[in-house]
Amino acid sequence: MEATSRLAVPEDLAGLRERLKDRLDEKKPRLVVCGDTGCTVRDSRELAAAIEKILSEQGLSDRVELKVTGCLGFCEKGPLMLVFPGAILYQKVQPSDAGEIVEKTVLKNELVERLLYTDPESGLPVACAYDIPFYKLQNRALLETCWYINPLDIYDYIARGGYAALAKVLGGMTPEAVIAEMKEARLRGRGGAGFATGLKWEFCRSSPGEEKYILCNADEGDPGAFMDRSLLEGNPHAVLEGMIIAAYAVGAKEGVIYIRIEYPTAVLKLEEAVRQARELGLLGKDIFGSGFDFDVIISKGAGAFVCGEETALIRGAEGKVGEPRQKPPFPADVGFRGKPTVINNVETFVNVPLVINQGAALYHSTGTESSGGTKIFCLVGKVKNTGLVEVPFGTTLRQIIFGIGGGIKDGKKFKAVQTGGPSGGCLPEAMLDLKVDFSDLAQAGSIMGSGGMIVMDEDTCVVDVARYFLQFLKSESCGKCFSCRVGIDRLLEILDRIIAGNGSVEDLALLEELAVTVKDTTMCGLGQTSANPVLSTLRYFRDEYLAHVRDKRCPAGVCRSLFRYRIDEDLCAGCGACAEQCPAGAIKETDEGCYRIDHGLCTVCGACAETCALDAITKD
Amino acid sequence: MSNKLPDVEEILEGAVKKHGLAVVPLLQEIQEHFRYLPEEVLRKLSQKTGIPLIEIYHAATFYNSLYLTPRAKHQINICTGTTCHIRGSGKLIEEVFQVLGIGPGETTSDGNFTLETVNCLGCCAVAPAMVVDGKYYGNLTPGDVREILNKIMEKAAVEE
Ligand SMILES: Cc1cc2nc3c(=O)[nH]c(=O)nc-3n(C[C@H](O)[C@H](O)[C@H](O)COP(=O)(O)O)c2cc1C
Ligand code: SF4
Ligand code: FES
Repeated sequence: MEATSRLAVPEDLAGLRERLKDRLDEKKPRLVVCGDTGCTVRDSRELAAAIEKILSEQGLSDRVELKVTGCLGFCEKGPLMLVFPGAILYQKVQPSDAGEIVEKTVLKNELVERLLYTDPESGLPVACAYDIPFYKLQNRALLETCWYINPLDIYDYIARGGYAALAKVLGGMTPEAVIAEMKEARLRGRGGAGFATGLKWEFCRSSPGEEKYILCNADEGDPGAFMDRSLLEGNPHAVLEGMIIAAYAVGAKEGVIYIRIEYPTAVLKLEEAVRQARELGLLGKDIFGSGFDFDVIISKGAGAFVCGEETALIRGAEGKVGEPRQKPPFPADVGFRGKPTVINNVETFVNVPLVINQGAALYHSTGTESSGGTKIFCLVGKVKNTGLVEVPFGTTLRQIIFGIGGGIKDGKKFKAVQTGGPSGGCLPEAMLDLKVDFSDLAQAGSIMGSGGMIVMDEDTCVVDVARYFLQFLKSESCGKCFSCRVGIDRLLEILDRIIAGNGSVEDLALLEELAVTVKDTTMCGLGQTSANPVLSTLRYFRDEYLAHVRDKRCPAGVCRSLFRYRIDEDLCAGCGACAEQCPAGAIKETDEGCYRIDHGLCTVCGACAETCALDAITKD
Repeated sequence: MSNKLPDVEEILEGAVKKHGLAVVPLLQEIQEHFRYLPEEVLRKLSQKTGIPLIEIYHAATFYNSLYLTPRAKHQINICTGTTCHIRGSGKLIEEVFQVLGIGPGETTSDGNFTLETVNCLGCCAVAPAMVVDGKYYGNLTPGDVREILNKIMEKAAVEE
């Protein structure tokens, strides 16, 4: 490890980087283990420990580097491991595989074939991660770094060019020039609304007053998205660097990172990153000898979705109840502690050093006319390749879901893709050629949101999904606005009625009318977008609603009052396994030696269908 | 956790020194000591700081991670985020009910288990997911949940 000494001037950073050059040695054998939550759930920590043990037993610790990093991306196949040189990807690696990997791949340069990814089309194994379609079809401008750095080691970040953007900014750019660069790069906020970052900074800069603040929105409330968590866990210094540059541009001396309490690992990594940055003088007084001071504090959220809304976030960061307030005044004028404040999302900040390093022109050569750069999505749900996915703005949904994502799991049919979380909507097959961009998605009745992308197959009921989001929003509404508090509740009531089999065709018109009213008469974004899940599903999946209200049938077999389980007597072998499993005692043997379900007792839990080895129990 | 009850005065003193009148960090700190927010302590907090009790309760009931009732020994958090929902987290909740007889927000009568639901644990790629006593589990079936709970109960029985 480097001796810690303060970086007094920008040139010190270049010197330090020169001394860290060894870390970029491409030929040195390196084993990279994913340490992100998704892989640690599946014992990647134990895997890293097993490798460490073997390396030390065989006296290889000096020659072979072991690195635990943030998310490697291809979560579906976790626990993941990369072996360098060659970026060989091993998937579903168990601690017991450690010995073979060291012996074969590290010492003899041989592949462990059974751990390689198999291309589903050719049926052939693919060794290099860069050749796997999941990665090949992406543009991992932000995520790539996470493969190479230990997030707990600032020197890893610096060796790969970290804090060079800050040095460039403080070494000779005016705040105005920084803002102009963001504008020209067409960097837009990644937190959901897509507001132009440069413009936001300019408003705050020109707002009167000496005391200004930078707030990082790490509340990531969308229940189904984890891009921000992965960035915070995989590359925390990039977030800090972006914040410091923003602070310089607007003239702030203090910043707050508001992070949700459900992310304990991210909090730890961030705290360590802040400590290390302070040690090197990258946070604190007189950064790089420029006379510019800036420091951050970390504020932990207490679990409330609405706190992600910027005016609520301000109150949350002040330690108060995070209820939104009327805008204007906008945070750029009246924000944290009543002072002008810039609020940006985690991913937005991570883009900032990239803009500076690449220059605006190169940066916005990726993306669309109105939005420069890439966007990270959490591709999850019923898709083959779940994981973190980064693509340029303008990529189509089809490319993401069927190209990168590999299509739908278990040979099922695609039904819908949900973007934008609780404020977003469900889009059908016909919209798959839509380009992901703030305006295109909004026009289609969904929103870009922060990057959740949940794929649904034919077994997902869109009425149930709409109900799910309303239920979520009902419990998360702060209750200030009448039409949000009561309107969402009434919408939910109607959907509950439909799902219970008591809906009527008139209910659909009522839903639409009420949804529009809620949209038009609420104060913050939560209420204003709360109807999107209902309106978008009504728009694209009206038939499914009609099946519920008219035929009293749930085509996907999700709404329990609207379908039954049935035992196909021709397929039933009479083993009785289902009757044993049934918690309601609803399955009885018939005189013919088959089994039959008593629908009076059945609770439609589905335990029998899961048990049946012959698939003789189906939904009807 | 030690058996000695923490000294309320001392805790409040320290918390106020650290957080001033910022009510959420105050409550978070109190909860770290007691594992929930006992009414007596909140009343004392109000007296000591002059923050109206109603404001304290406003905050305590607003945030999902602040609790007004005692927590059990073992905390089960099942994710009901979108991905977990469509991948069947509802069935996991039913399974917990089958095994322990408790629903979300409830505690078993022996004070051993509390079940809570959370909005996304951030590991949607392995949905449905849950956390028991800080350990994450993913790709769960109802059978897995039963097994995990049984193991904890067996272990607890051995320890007693
Ligand atoms: C109900 C609601 C929840 C939000 N949640 C988040 C969130 O979790 N993270 C986030 O960055 N922005 C969230 N936003 C958007 C923020 O209000 C704000 O627009 C954003 O943080 C600005 O940063 P950006 O310009 O970098 O995108 C939310 C907005 C609303 C209305
Ligand atoms: S719209 Fe809903 S969440 Fe937003 S301020 Fe009004 S009541 Fe609160
Ligand atoms: S939805 Fe359950 S972990 Fe994200």
